[in-house]
Amino acid sequence: MSIRIDPDACTGCGLCASVCPGSLITLEAPGGRACIRRPGDCWGCASCLKECRSGAISYFLGADIGGDGAIMSVRDEGRALEWIFRRRDGTVLRISVRRDESNAY
Amino acid sequence: MAKSLREIRFGCDVLIIGGGTAGCQAALTLGEHPSVSVIVAEKANIKRSGCLAAGVNALNAYIVPGRTPEDYAEYARNDAAGIARDDLLLSAARGFNRAAERLESLGLVILKNRDGSYAARGNRNIRINGENIKPILAGAVSKLENVRVLNRVNIVDCVADGENVFGAVGLGVDEEILYVFEARAVICATGGASGLYRPNSPGFSRHRMWYPPFNTGAGYAMGIRAGAEMTTLEMRFIALRCRDTIAPTGTIAQGVGARQVNSLGEYYEERYGLSTWERLRGAVEESRQGRGPCYLRTRGITPDQEDQLYRAYLNMAPAQTLKWLESGSGPHESDVEIEGTEPYIVGGHTASGYWTDTGRRATLRGLYAAGDVSGGCPQKYVTGAMAEGEIAALSALRQVEGDLTPRASRDVLGSFVENLRFNVESWLGRDRAIFTADDIEEAMQTAMDRGAGGISSGYRYNNAQLAQAGERIEALESLAGDLRAADMREAVRICELKERLLLCRSVIAHLGARKETRWGPFADHADYPKRDDENYLKFVNSRMINGKIEIIYRDIARGREVCEHSNRP
Repeated sequence: MSIRIDPDACTGCGLCASVCPGSLITLEAPGGRACIRRPGDCWGCASCLKECRSGAISYFLGADIGGDGAIMSVRDEGRALEWIFRRRDGTVLRISVRRDESNAY
Repeated sequence: MAKSLREIRFGCDVLIIGGGTAGCQAALTLGEHPSVSVIVAEKANIKRSGCLAAGVNALNAYIVPGRTPEDYAEYARNDAAGIARDDLLLSAARGFNRAAERLESLGLVILKNRDGSYAARGNRNIRINGENIKPILAGAVSKLENVRVLNRVNIVDCVADGENVFGAVGLGVDEEILYVFEARAVICATGGASGLYRPNSPGFSRHRMWYPPFNTGAGYAMGIRAGAEMTTLEMRFIALRCRDTIAPTGTIAQGVGARQVNSLGEYYEERYGLSTWERLRGAVEESRQGRGPCYLRTRGITPDQEDQLYRAYLNMAPAQTLKWLESGSGPHESDVEIEGTEPYIVGGHTASGYWTDTGRRATLRGLYAAGDVSGGCPQKYVTGAMAEGEIAALSALRQVEGDLTPRASRDVLGSFVENLRFNVESWLGRDRAIFTADDIEEAMQTAMDRGAGGISSGYRYNNAQLAQAGERIEALESLAGDLRAADMREAVRICELKERLLLCRSVIAHLGARKETRWGPFADHADYPKRDDENYLKFVNSRMINGKIEIIYRDIARGREVCEHSNRP
């Protein structure tokens, strides 16, 4: 699994690049758009998704581990993280996870 | 085209290498002593670095009401089939609950009972919302006035003279900078090592592994090079995980009570036993004997349970929730296939790491270890890493306040600086090279997989295979000196490769030195397939002397409250 960064949606704020635990994301130029040069190096921790304020980053599973082309993104809504899933057939599913609620398991 | 590194020097009382869980807790402990100057050097950004980047869904080491730290130590020792240090386990276990309370005071959400006590999951765990555990810890560290955090600084080596540690040298991850730290005490908290063995999915998703691919064994390697004694590197950790996503299985097993089942529909766990390595052995043996694949029997859970699993995984391993949703078949309809990962070296789960005294002092003066790099203390997990961060910080504090530290001689420091400068400038200055760091890494993983008990050999090895793997690793260590780096990231990658290669060599030496099979797949020696308490109920330790890994056997001491290096077992 890895991420894709939509160059049209990216604002070049650099937050994703600053938190990536693998230092995998770079800005093309200072203030330029973010890119991941070696997508296969991504661990899949989703830290960058949670930082992105413009929804430019999406997360997918590699075909080699059964990925079916669906993508996942995250919106930080303050008291909750809203996870958005878009399947290949266009259907969308949302799961909102409140920050102040513990896992049941 | 010659490039030269700019040099930046820092001096401090305590240098903490790595701002993960253990490093952050060490910083928070020293933050209570404002006269002590502290630097945290972190190769990424402490907000999301270390193994908790994606989050964690439970605190797996907690002393629940009615249980004692002694019970925990006994459990962990038995799980490790006797190869663990009572003094280390007890001192960590006594800090578990304080660590949990500190996390809660910083803002971590912990599930509670009506009476306000933490809600337990089983005998040793409490449930949390741990998605933001790392930002919480990092946020608290960033507020400390006497602690300076340097993100994107990759420490390569401790500065040491064979007996004392004086500081460290490192590289800028982005900029052409050579960092030099003079410190009175150094706490190594880099985390353990992944990427030594060929992973489950070696192609595009090669980094979809259990432990962060960015934990390269730097802390072990710098200790080995400096001449510190290491312990139990042969006790590899192999996780039993959800296939493909390599997401945790414990949440499903404990959360909805799912049991393991083979392809014939038989429940097999009881046939193998219930320790960590026995659960893994069950799945490995069932597959080996033609009854795979193995699953967690989740079919029939309620839709509400399924929804709770989706949420739990989003808080720690979001790939699994995506997998369920995109396949169109969630765990209430389909069982979850499980498999073993490639082996890791990680002292928070098994017992690999620095040989320390009870105060987490390594065998070199001025050097301390905490968390996954600290040995002899398995099953300590998040709260144990924090407890060790606290213990190491207090030991370092005593040393600094006692002013017992010899200062670095200019010669020692200078030789480390020049050596690192020479290597990195050679890599940066080279126009071409036959191999890349990726090529050598792949060759290393293949050699370990085939010869040192990786996935493809069913985690089993023999003396002949170990010898072959050892020769190959030494050849690759030599090749790694001739690589080219286009920029500092690539230079850091070469350093990481060299760390992994040295650790591989040490692991092979340890695997060969434990001539028995004590923990099933964790160290499955085909030439010695039985457990041998008469000869091997002892620690396998090692030190690097003149470039060679020399093995030292040490006895198990039981019930001793405190171990100093002078009275070590």
